[in-house]
This record gives sequence, structure tokens and C-alpha cells, in this order.
Amino acid sequence: MRMRSQRALIGLASIAVIATTAACGGAGGGGSSKGTVRVLMVNNPQMVDLQKLTAANFTKDTGIKVKFTVLPENDLRDKASQEFTNQSNQYDVATLSNFEIPFYSNNGWLASMQGYSDKDTSFDQADVFPSMSKSLTGKDGKIYGEPFYGESSFLMYRKDVFKKAGISMPEKPTWDQVAAAAAKVDGAEPGMKGICLRGQPGWGEVMAPLTTVVNTFGGTWFEKDWTPKVDAPEFKAATNFYVNLVRKHGEAGAPQSGFTECLNALTQGKVAMWYDATSAAGSLEASGSPVAGKIGYAQAPVKDTKSAGWLYAWSWAIEKKSKNTDNAWKFVSWASSKKYEELVGKELGWSRVPAGKRASLYANPAYQKAAGAFAQPTLTAIENANPVDPGVQPRPTVGVQFVDIPEFTDLGTRVSQYISSAIAGKGSVDDALKRGQGLAETVADKYR
Amino acid sequence: MTTTDPATTNDAPVTRPTATRRPRRRPRGSAITGLAAWAVGFTFVLPVLWMALTSLHTEADAGAGRPQVFASLTFANYSDFFSGGGADPWPPIINSATAAILSTLLVLVLAVPAAYALSVKPIEKWTDVMFFFLSTKMLPMVAGLLPVYLIAQKTGLLDNITFLILIYTAMNLPIAVWMMRSFLAEIPPALFEAAEIDGAGLVTILRKIVVPLSAPGMAATALICFIFSWNELLFAKSLTGTVAGTAPVFLTSFVTSQGLFLAQVSAAAIVVSLPVLIAGFAAQDKLVQGLSLGAVK
Repeated sequence: MRMRSQRALIGLASIAVIATTAACGGAGGGGSSKGTVRVLMVNNPQMVDLQKLTAANFTKDTGIKVKFTVLPENDLRDKASQEFTNQSNQYDVATLSNFEIPFYSNNGWLASMQGYSDKDTSFDQADVFPSMSKSLTGKDGKIYGEPFYGESSFLMYRKDVFKKAGISMPEKPTWDQVAAAAAKVDGAEPGMKGICLRGQPGWGEVMAPLTTVVNTFGGTWFEKDWTPKVDAPEFKAATNFYVNLVRKHGEAGAPQSGFTECLNALTQGKVAMWYDATSAAGSLEASGSPVAGKIGYAQAPVKDTKSAGWLYAWSWAIEKKSKNTDNAWKFVSWASSKKYEELVGKELGWSRVPAGKRASLYANPAYQKAAGAFAQPTLTAIENANPVDPGVQPRPTVGVQFVDIPEFTDLGTRVSQYISSAIAGKGSVDDALKRGQGLAETVADKYR
Repeated sequence: MTTTDPATTNDAPVTRPTATRRPRRRPRGSAITGLAAWAVGFTFVLPVLWMALTSLHTEADAGAGRPQVFASLTFANYSDFFSGGGADPWPPIINSATAAILSTLLVLVLAVPAAYALSVKPIEKWTDVMFFFLSTKMLPMVAGLLPVYLIAQKTGLLDNITFLILIYTAMNLPIAVWMMRSFLAEIPPALFEAAEIDGAGLVTILRKIVVPLSAPGMAATALICFIFSWNELLFAKSLTGTVAGTAPVFLTSFVTSQGLFLAQVSAAAIVVSLPVLIAGFAAQDKLVQGLSLGAVK
């Protein structure tokens, strides 16, 4: 009896296994087939547009199929780091940024695009902003990424509110002028606060605008020789300034506010100013936006430096392990081309063009007409952003609003949590930066 | 009280109510407990109702901050989900269905005989086996993620739905064995003895006795396994790519850090929840029997 029952069990189990594998033999398959490009990308509106336009244009013209995985930003970063660290070859192309691309290329995780971009004259690499190309170049001097859209940061303000209050905003304001203006326009309309500044924890959230303030106040995360300067007087002054400004005249719910929250706040008339990414202008001026035409654009506020705006570019990178680099380049060069910008302009509207990467777009009359309010300020901001020398002292890495090392995501995020708490009124800036200095010491030990 | 002779008790007539009086004699909670139960129930359903309402709004109304209960309704988010947006929703839904259904079947095929060996004809040290099954659930799932990822990578099974089926089967098997064991323990042993005397083998016993008698229990187990596999996100997100992505991974793709997405993601979430709801309603009768079978014990 025991023998019989055992045999029956084994039989049942094996039938189940065979049935299952047979049923799904056709469904899986991780290998790359010819004529397909597998793309991992972030779910920003510009990428969603790209996804919609790919089949009817790129695939139709080239016969190459494109398969996408689209994820929210944080999930994308996790997935990309897993994918590239292990060289899993699940994807040929991924959207990375000028934060990841330099050290990913140094680690040998990316395929160089230099050869392709040299040969492909129609791509016109020289048309891409030099500051952007430079920030997507590896230590070996080769290009490892092509920008899809780029951005700097600038100050957006309600022209009508400022006019009523009798304040004029200079084209290149200082932080002192901005703080004074924030105090004046606070309460200019019922429920309106002075300024929206990100307060949400995250190295790419509150830490991004705050680091630009630190830079222009003369502070830095690290000096050239990796001496941490997080609790230095300049860093402290900048952080205190930022935290006090947002606590006194900032948006409601500041400790939870990021890009989206501030965009909503300015759109709905809950704040009079907003310092954030230049890419926000497209949404503010879009048809249907209640504040379209009412927004003025000024350069990123400064103190001790000439410019302070950050530089960021969502860019395409090709995985080293990919056996499909020819097709991958065809996709990348199409998505980052002038032709694609024109396609979006004609099919979806010029305000939705993935902008901020090519000089030619800003010379295009159709784009100038549609983006008249913000095209020039955006161009000025991107051209003046200086990723190599963003502050008053030499830096160990390239980058404005970040230190370009893998450890910065953790360091920046942990410090940002303390600062976000300070914005919420729990804990002081001094304590936050003292802890930050300790964390920065540990990171510096690896590089000194 | 249990030893009291029924004949001597005072409420003898009450314990033998007539058919017409029975409905009124059933114990009922007071109005207050009823109200409390409804309030708790409503609290649980409220977020889902809110999601359903949001899915019928425009993005502007959904993102307005304060509740827009009376804003105009639209089905645009649903039509966008199926046709408008950039991505085709069917491959991820089919992948989820494949993974959930096949892994559930596999779990049942393995769990029923295992439960039989642990309750009807207990093997030696069966309690240790039960504990071993349970102990596999004690490791936090995320701790196993990287090793599993590396195994999948080295065996070339990344982005392959077969691998997800195996993972889900392994994940749900311990729970299924525990549930099925308690259901099988309800079946009177005399039935098995009678069947054996009549010359029934293991397969016949499983087919003619175990399966019919534990059908409600199997339905409950299957539904729980189906729900767990359908909703699983952590492993699916890491182990799949462009081919084998499941519905929950597809759902996350609606979240963006730039721009409004609440209405669209609500509509997508409703659509993705529907199969589980339908499976739940379809199995409702069996489920109540099954769950109360365990509970009475």
C-alpha cells in the first residue's frame, strides 16, 4: 500500500510539472531576437509620448520592433541598477541620467556610442548642448549616453500677483531678493503662500534644489580631495536659509512636497513662486492650465556664484552585454533626433517636445512661437549650468545638484530625511548636518 | 451543563421550536452591533469605492486635492486603458492569468496528496514536516530576492513566465498544505477505512472521497493561492522584463513623478482587480463553506 501510494504521488507531481512546462513553453524566453530592441524607461510624460509614437513611426520605417518596460522613477532606478550591475541582458537600452552614466561607464557596464555618433552624421552630435554631452562622457573621453530631454532649474513666478504687489523680478535674482519677495506676496491672494520649494526626502527631491543653494552660498558636499564639508558654515547657512524660507513662506505640507505637489500648488494658485526644473514650464503653459500666460521665468537665484541652475538629462544608455547594439543605436538616434522633436511638435503639440538638448530646437520658429514664454529662459539656464565647476571651489566629480558617486544616493537620501524633518519642525538643521558630516566621512574614506 | 438531562430542563419546548417559529428564534445581534458591523465593513470598502469613483473622473478633478464627489463622470480612463495609452494591457493580464492559474493548479496537485499524507495517514513525525513547511514562510521574501534573481539569471530564466509559476507555486505551497490538512482532518476516518475495505487504492480514494468531500476547502485554498499569485509584485518586478511582465508590474507603470496620474491608475487598478473579484464571487458559496469548516474546529 505504501509503495503504491508513493508511486501515485510521484506520478501526480510529474504530470503537473510536465503540463505546466508544456503550457508555457512558448510564453517565456529572455533571449534577444533579431529586429527587436528591449527598452527600460522611466514613466515621465515625454517617454509615454515616445511609447505611443514608436510603432507607427520607428517600427514602420525600420522594421525593428521595440518592447518597453515603463516604471516610476524610483522603481526604474532599482531595476536599472540590478540590470546593469549583473549585466543581465534583459534590456538593450535604458533611460539613465547624467548621474548614473559617468560611473556606470567607468564600471564597464555601458556600450560606448562614440563610434556610432561619429559615423552617423544625420544625428548631428554637435547640435547637442556641449554641457550635456560632457556630462554623459566617461573617464575615457567617449560618449556613453545620448540625452532624450534635458533640464536646468529656474524660478517661476506669477507675473500678475507680483505686479499687483508692486514687485519687479530681475532676470537673474539673488536669493535675498527672492526671500524678500516671498515675504511680500505671502497671502497676496486668499490661501496663497510665497514660494514652493521641495521638502520631500530623497537625493533627487529636496536635496536637488537645496544643493544648488549650497553651491551658490559657497558650500559643497566634498572638496576636491574628498574632505567632507557638510557641517561647514556655508553649507549650514544655505540649509538654514532654505529651511527657514520654506517654513515661513513655503507651501502647505512642505515636508511631503515634491515636483508634482509644487506643480499642482502653482497651477491652483496656492503659491506665487516656485523654484524647480525648467521642464515644468511645458505643463504650466499647456492649454487648459489656469495659469497659462501668467507665469514669468527668471534664472536660478544666486548668491556667490554667477549661475546656480542644475543640469539633468534623462538619457539613453546601451548595456555592454547587449548583442543588439546596432539596432539599439538606431532606436536611440531616432528618439534623440531632430526628426523626432519635429514629429512630436506636429503630432502632439510643440509644448510636449522633449526639449532642452539640441540648440536647433530653440532656433525653430514653430517651437519659439509655442514656447515663447519659457524657451529663452530655459536655453539660458541650460547653457549657463556648469556641471564641472558649479560652486566656488574645485570639485572631485562632475555634477551640479549631486556628487557623482554611487554612494551619493544613500548619503543624499539620509541627509535629506533629517532636513525634511527640520522642515517639519522636528529637529534642527545643525543636528541634521552634524549627522550628515558623519555619513559623508564614511563615504570619503572610500575615495581618499 | 452538558450533562443535564434534556427532559428535566425548563426550556425544553424552546429547544424544539416549530418550523414557523424558527426564523424568529435565530439569535440576532442588537441594532448597535449591526450598525458597528456595517460601519467597519463600510470603512474597509470605502477606499475601493473611492478608487472606483476616482477612476471615473478627469485627471484634473482627481488631482484637485479636496474630494470631488459630484464632479462629472467619464469612461475615458477605461477606454484609454484598453486602447488609447501607449502600452497594450493584454499581454500583462494574460501573463498574470497564466502565472496565477497554472501555479494554483500546481499547488493543489501537490498540496492535496501532501495534506493526505499529513492528516489521513500521518507519516512519522508529521508535526515536524508541518513545521518545516511553515518555517519556509519565516524568511522575509525580500531576503530571498537576490539569490532567486541570480539563479534565474544563470539559468536563463529571467523574464520567463515559467519561472514565475515555479516561484509562486513554491511560495503558496506551505499555506495550501496547512489549509488542506485542516480540511482533510474534518473527513471522518471511517470513510477511508470503508473505502479501503472495498478495495479502493490511493488514487481512487483521492478521487472519490478526498476531492468531493474537501471541495469547499480546495476552493478556499485555490482562491487564496490565486489571489496571492495574481497580486504578487516584488518578485514579478525583479524577475520579468519586456516579455513576462505581470499585471501588478504594469499597474506601477502608470505612476509618474511628473504630472497627474491618479484617475488613470485608479481605472487600471479597477480593471486589474476584476478577475480576483470575479473569482471570489464565483467561489463564494464554496468559500463560505470552506472557511467556516476550518473555523468551527
